[in-house]
This record gives sequence, structure tokens and C-alpha cells, in this order.
Amino acid sequence: MEIFRIEKLWVKYGEKEALKNIDLVIRRGEIFALMGPSGAGKTTLLRILNLFEKPTDGCLVFEGVRLNGTHMEKINARRKMSLLFQTPSVFSASVFENVAYGLKIRGVDKDTMEEKVINALTIVGLDGKERQKARTLSGGEAQRMAFARAIVYDPDILLLDEPTSNLDPANVAKIEEIIMRIRSERGTTIVFATHNMYQVKRIADRVGILLNGELIEVNGKERIFAAPEDARTKAFVNGEMIY
Amino acid sequence: MNSTDFLLEGMINAFSLIFSLNPYILSITGVSLKVSGTATLLAALTAIPLAFALSFCNFRGRQVMITLVNTGMGLPPVFVGLFIFLMLVPAGPFGQLNWIFTPGAMIIAQYIIVTPIITGISIAAIKAVPRSIIETAYTLGGDRKDTVIVTLHEAKFGIITAVLAGLGRALSEVGAILIVGGNIAYTGSIGGIGEGLSYTRTLTTAITLETSRADISTSIALGIILVTIVLFVNLLANAIQRRE
Repeated sequence: MEIFRIEKLWVKYGEKEALKNIDLVIRRGEIFALMGPSGAGKTTLLRILNLFEKPTDGCLVFEGVRLNGTHMEKINARRKMSLLFQTPSVFSASVFENVAYGLKIRGVDKDTMEEKVINALTIVGLDGKERQKARTLSGGEAQRMAFARAIVYDPDILLLDEPTSNLDPANVAKIEEIIMRIRSERGTTIVFATHNMYQVKRIADRVGILLNGELIEVNGKERIFAAPEDARTKAFVNGEMIY
Repeated sequence: MNSTDFLLEGMINAFSLIFSLNPYILSITGVSLKVSGTATLLAALTAIPLAFALSFCNFRGRQVMITLVNTGMGLPPVFVGLFIFLMLVPAGPFGQLNWIFTPGAMIIAQYIIVTPIITGISIAAIKAVPRSIIETAYTLGGDRKDTVIVTLHEAKFGIITAVLAGLGRALSEVGAILIVGGNIAYTGSIGGIGEGLSYTRTLTTAITLETSRADISTSIALGIILVTIVLFVNLLANAIQRRE
């Protein structure tokens, strides 16, 4: 069952075409990897999915509803998602207050808030750090706290923009474990952007290859790595592409 | 009497005036704090929402308003005093209000001087909040109101510093309040010192008067109090900046 459908979508910044004629379906509950080199348009596509940016042309269908851009439509849709940036932004507050933010703006009561925040922090391995000032966390801890903040309100979709690119191997393993756990326990749909092929092999179900704003191939990960349909995909996964 | 003795005697008498809680000195300090405090409070209530509107909203005339704010930050106080004076004198457009030479007129003058200062520094504090913080609030489901609240939270120390800078400016201002307040004390002698309690006489305007009257002890006493208050305000602002 599809959760996102993108039809003939274009994003242009002046003369520059960031995304070109994208057609893509994301299925509910899958882990979908957007793979491609830097500057391919992965972040732009995630921002479009999060209704953060407007496409120049084309349309986005979310849960069967075509999003034409009314304010409440966007707010309601965005409240079912989370977007996690490559470098987490930390509010000037405690770890608890940071993680509780999404619940607070949704009007969740104090007891439920406390329970959900503790649960989210336990999942990411930061339980016991609730009262610590968030800006004193290490880079890996800050990314995990941002992860807790993104999952605390049980979003239907988690959009991750290169969530492990700045982390050491131990934190990468921890984040990947959390992604798998969130999907299996909550059925969350996860779309993540990366240029790390090994990570895609480890955790993705399906993969979309983006090159220069063009989605050149979408397939299951086994197919992408073993028998890609597009010659450019083959060159990319074999590391032969110079970009 | 040589110059050292003259200054020493002035200082001793000044401290004596302060520690004896001289009513004239206390009333002047009270008027200063009341006028500058009220003007700063009213200015903050205008300037902070204005700073947010100028930072977040795109409306016609926004650039003109930003230019006005920037110009207002360097507005000569005597010009503001003259302008308010012309508005409030009996022959002026608001003369029937009878506000000239009252603390109310002084509050208006300081409000006009301080509002652009608080607005300008608040805009700088709001602009210093990283764009990624606002985007994060959006990605977690926040709407425009939520992002404004997040920005206010992140910029709070900068905004408090802006208000304190405004208060410091108001307390040390002399030109405008001298023109519109008239530097008036009630007639009648209180305890044999001065000519009575202050009506529109502030620490700064009183220093100009007492110095011209060669009452060095009172001038020094008033100067010490003024510098202490302004120093305290600045120390508070520095402490807040350090905490940030």
C-alpha cells in the first residue's frame, strides 16, 4: 500500500534543475534508500516529501490525498512525519525539553509526555540524561537525541538526511539498529538519503538512484546491486562513476 | 583650598548625602528610575513584537521601517526633546493635554529614544538564531506560531540584553528630558538641603543643575548613584551574555 506518490515532479532554482521529472511511489512500512552522489538532489527530494519546499511542477500525493498546498493540509500532513537533518540542530534547553518538543506542540498531557520521552530516550540509549543541557552532548549523542525527538510522537514516516555521515562506527551501528527497531516495532515508513552503499545493503528494502536530479532507477536492493537495469546505476554501485 | 582638598571634601560630603538617605537625592533617584523604567517597559512592549514582525513577515513598507529603526538608533535626544516639546506646548497640536513639564512627557521622549534601540538589537538577536533551529521546529510539525516561540526562546538572552541596553540609554539620557521635563523640583525647603523633592528632576538633569550652581557635593553624589545604577544594568547585561 502506497503512502507517498510523486508524479512528474520538477524543482528548479532559476536555471538550475534540482529535480527532473520524478515519478516515485513509497510503500507504507518500507525502508527506502535514496542513494546518489553529493548534489544529486537527495536532500531536495526529502524536503519536498516533508512539504518543506514547493515543487516547481508536478504533484505529491500523501496517503491518497493530493496536496495542493492549503496551510492546514500541509500542517496536518507534516505532523505525521519527521525529518532528521544530517547535522542535528539542538534547542537551547535540556535533553528532556528537546525530545518533548514535538509532543508539546501537539498538546500531549504531562504524564504521557514524560512516559514517551523516557521511552524514546531509552530506545536511543540516552536514558538518564534527561536533565542534561542538550548542547553539552557529544556529536553522536546529539544525533541520537535528535532521533529520539523525531520518533517520540510516533510519526508514520521518518525522513532521514544522511543520518550517520558524521558519526563514528559505534554510533552508526546504534542508529542503524534504532532504524530497524522502529520499523519492526511501529511499522514506521523510513526514507533515508545516503551515499553509503554498505549501509543501503544493511538496512534498505528498496533503493532509488538519483543522479543530477534524475531518478534513474528504483528497485529492490538485491536487484540494484546484483543486476541493475540502468548502465549508470551499474557504474555508480561499482564505483566506476566519476562525479 | 587646593584642588585635591576640594575634590576630597566633595567626595566626603557626597557619600554623607548618600548614606544619610537625603530625601532630595532619593526623590531624584526615584523619578529617574520611574521615568526610565516606565519608558523602557513601554518601549520593550512595542519593540519586541515589532522586531519579530520585521524579522518574520514580508509586508509593504518593511524595508522603510527597518531604515527608520536604524535611523532611530542614532537619533539625537535633543531633537526628540524639541519635537515632543513642540507637540506638547500649549500652542502645539497636543497642548490641551497639559503634559508638558510632566513625568509623562519625559516618558514619551525616552520611549521614542529607546524603542528603536531595543528593536534594532532584538532584530540582531533574532537573526542570530540559526535557520536550522527554525527548520527543525517545522520538521517536528510546528507551524508559524511555534517557530516564532522557538525563536523567542533561542533569542531570549539577546532580547533581554536589548532591553537592558535600552534602560541604560534611558537612565543616562539628559537632553530630551531636560527640554520636555523642565528639571522641576517642588518649591519649599526639605531638611535645609536643595529646594524640595523632585517632580521632573532626574539624576542626569539634576547633575547639570547642581554643577551650574557649584554644588559639587550633590553633583558627585548624584553622579555616583547614576554610575552605580548604569554599571549594575551593564553588569547584568554582561552576566546574561556570558550565560548565553
